Amino acid sequence: MIQAMDYVRVLPEIVLTIFGIAVMMGEVLLRPGVSRKPLGWLAFAGTLAALAATIYQARYPGTAFFDLVRVDSFSIFFHFLICLIAALVVLASFEYLDAQHIRAGEYYGLILFGTVGMVLMSSAVELVLIFIALEISSISTYVLAGFRRRAPSSIESSVKYFLLGSFATAFFLYGVAFIFGATGTTRIYMIADAIQSGQHSPMVFVAVALMFVGIGFKVASAPFHVWTPDVYEGAPAPIVGLMSTAPKAAAFAVLLRIFFAATTPGWFWPVWISAALSMTLGNISALVQDNVKRMLAYSSIAHAGYLLVAFAAARDIGISAAMFYTASYAFMNVGAFAVISHFASAGERYVALEDYAGLGRRSPALAATLTIFLLSLIGIPITGGFFAKFYVFSAALQSNLVWLVIIAVLNSAIAAYYYLRIIVLMYMRDPREAAPPVQSVGTPLGIALGLSAAATIYLGVLPGRVLDYVSRGAAMLVR
Amino acid sequence: MNPHAESVNSAILTLVTFAPLAGALLLLFLPRRDDLVRWFALAVTLVAFVLSLHLPAHFVRHASGFQYEIDLPWISSPNIHYHLGIDGISMWLVVLTTFLSPLCVLISWKSVNERVKEFFILLLILETALIGVFVALDLFLFYFFWEATLIPMALIIGMFGHARRVYAAVKFFLFTMIASMFMLAAIIWLYSRTGSLQFASIQSALQSGQIGWGAATWCFLGFFLAFAVKVPIFPLHTWLPDAHFEAPTAGSVLLAGVLLKMGTYGLLRFNVGLFPEQARENASWIAILAIIGIIYGALVAMVQPNLKKLVAYSSVSHLGFVVLGIFSFTQAGVDGAVYQMLNHGVSTGALFMLVGILYERRHTFEISEFGGLATPMPVYATFFMVIMLSSVGLPLLNGFVGEFLVLSGAFQAKAAWGILAATGVIWSACYLLWMYQRVFFGTVKKEVNATLPDISARERIALWPTALAALAMGVAPLFWLNAIEPAVRTVLAPVAQFAEVFAR
Repeated sequence: MIQAMDYVRVLPEIVLTIFGIAVMMGEVLLRPGVSRKPLGWLAFAGTLAALAATIYQARYPGTAFFDLVRVDSFSIFFHFLICLIAALVVLASFEYLDAQHIRAGEYYGLILFGTVGMVLMSSAVELVLIFIALEISSISTYVLAGFRRRAPSSIESSVKYFLLGSFATAFFLYGVAFIFGATGTTRIYMIADAIQSGQHSPMVFVAVALMFVGIGFKVASAPFHVWTPDVYEGAPAPIVGLMSTAPKAAAFAVLLRIFFAATTPGWFWPVWISAALSMTLGNISALVQDNVKRMLAYSSIAHAGYLLVAFAAARDIGISAAMFYTASYAFMNVGAFAVISHFASAGERYVALEDYAGLGRRSPALAATLTIFLLSLIGIPITGGFFAKFYVFSAALQSNLVWLVIIAVLNSAIAAYYYLRIIVLMYMRDPREAAPPVQSVGTPLGIALGLSAAATIYLGVLPGRVLDYVSRGAAMLVR
Repeated sequence: MNPHAESVNSAILTLVTFAPLAGALLLLFLPRRDDLVRWFALAVTLVAFVLSLHLPAHFVRHASGFQYEIDLPWISSPNIHYHLGIDGISMWLVVLTTFLSPLCVLISWKSVNERVKEFFILLLILETALIGVFVALDLFLFYFFWEATLIPMALIIGMFGHARRVYAAVKFFLFTMIASMFMLAAIIWLYSRTGSLQFASIQSALQSGQIGWGAATWCFLGFFLAFAVKVPIFPLHTWLPDAHFEAPTAGSVLLAGVLLKMGTYGLLRFNVGLFPEQARENASWIAILAIIGIIYGALVAMVQPNLKKLVAYSSVSHLGFVVLGIFSFTQAGVDGAVYQMLNHGVSTGALFMLVGILYERRHTFEISEFGGLATPMPVYATFFMVIMLSSVGLPLLNGFVGEFLVLSGAFQAKAAWGILAATGVIWSACYLLWMYQRVFFGTVKKEVNATLPDISARERIALWPTALAALAMGVAPLFWLNAIEPAVRTVLAPVAQFAEVFAR
């Protein structure tokens, strides 16, 4: 029987859908050519309502809809994180859309719909439902990537993302089919029972490999990362902030469920190799980029690598380290892209590294905020990025993954160089002769930047509470 | 002790450490009026200095162990404590930092006139981080402050330095950052094995043999790499000439005066303090590198046509003495090493100030541009003479005490070390006296030099304290040493144990 409580357990999804539809209907009421800011505020309200719904939902843990959806500390954590990211991205988009002369309300609607898919990915415990959620989130982001319709690079970005993404999700679905063949079920926790009782065919290894390919694409880990730089370069900057964090968080949640809740075997070496490759390829390629968005695209590949190090580590500590990393990475990256999207101006003209020369003089506040995010990406103390790395490395060392940690440490050292390049440009070089004045930051973007910076520092100074919460989430996941 | 005094004692380290940071935050909201900013920064650094005087005033000398301790849980997992405390070694380094900081403000009064507010904010943040490095007793907290010194220093070099400042800043940042990543890995590894980040409990875990010999050696090397870059120990010194030369005067003063001491302090506190056995085993090659550094630094300093580079290379040479003293594992040697850290802070800090004063007048560091300066600038020449002689190691000035102790320690450990290192004293006399002769004596060769104004009142106020300190530390070294000795004895006790094992 479906009871009222079942609906509470998908309340954030329902709330987001309703607001998404309201945004689409509101779009019709606005005259073409006027700013879509009111719809932005509506979407922002939607994300806040979803956050409230998540907090409400947290009091009623349990499963719903015949054990398809499961609300526990693990899913609540990802719900909260993803809704927060969506809220920040919406706020960061107001000025951007006006600057790019994009007057389409469906932008906000698509963010909300995409968020529905992402949050559902973190609470679904049945592989077909996970697949559907994955598709909901993917299709929205495919469209959002192509939103700068007049820029060929944006169209390229959208098409590439769509073609390769569909290909990857097919892998995932194929893996689901195999796991059904091997264990006779698609429910995560029943798969766990089948595997632990030893009643499964060796096909389960093939299934795990195929699903890892599908998710590996979504999180942009090597060797499934080749799409990332082109897609990130072309997509609108705030959307890159979204798609480099929220769908990744959701995909990592799925991966955690598959590896640790379903206790599937045979993933250790693929993950180890992928982690080492992602870190190394990502960081080395980032060294030679001269476009900020491309550079951060490679940096995000590298960060996916650090995260996978946590996967390779032993269970509980590894899971909580991965969850913490997801959160701190989300805030610093969304923040960095918010700065980039403001600075890029009309037509995303200023995205070359050289354009950042002298930003410390031209706009001290913007430069200081970007510096916080970059320091966090490097992993300097008092930022969330530092603790994220600290937890991941210590989880890995406790699991005796000494070589992987050495690779990670060397990579962090390489990575410092290219993040530092931006800081050096901002503070130590004179602005270009022709550089136009930087526009002042409006209130919505100011809030988004302030919140991201505050969250980054908070995670770096008082990570205790969040860490307690993720440990509980990790404990819930492994039952 | 009455309860009031006790609460002061437990809060004093926090106050000293964070007073400059609080000042930096206030400075953020001050209007951009340059003079106001300068006076405010001076006031903040003076407050920090006065606060830090509480430490030696109430320090229980002849007692071993840490004092003024404060230990509060900060983060539960990993188990990080806000744990501060000082012994006789770190106390003087804290005072050295707070002593040099107001002088740095004074010396930058005129030479920094663009982005003044940013400069002093960075300087104050740097001061907090530097003090934090010396007082932290939680390994994580230590790493935290250690890395926190990096960014303000790199920005000070990169934003306010000379022509090749960006290159120097990036080089400085990368060298230190990469090396300290290995220290971080070692810290995390120790934490994963002992479950604690407290200096004392890791020390006892290591001494009880809880960690295997091989693993401890790797950890030793992880720490060593980070500190060796900072000191710097030959051949990891290549960042130093660039950073020192390109930095603005105040940057050079703090870099030479305090930042390098972070490395030697770390060697003593962590490499020797945590890993006595490994320190003993690796002492010979480290001592040899130190001796190479002493001689190499001196020889390169001798051929420098450039004043500031000369002083920079002299640091490589002087820090070699400190490292040699530490790894002689004798009471005299290590006492001398600690004393030499303070001496070098005072003397080389002052030398950089003096060189900076000259630069403000002539905008060059080339020795050949000067000559006969004693005639137009007699007071300046006198100050320079006193500081230079203290750096050479003239008896009655501070350098003599430190070098004498280090050399006698080195002789006790191995006569060959002592003999080789002693040549360093001669070299340093050569390059410094020769430089002094070329700059100050003879007739004024260049027209512009004839009318150079002598030092101003402000510069005089900045220089007097260093000259007085050099004299006081040369005449009454016991005032400092009687706090240093018990701390050194504590550090050396376990090493001596291993020495007996080896002797058998």
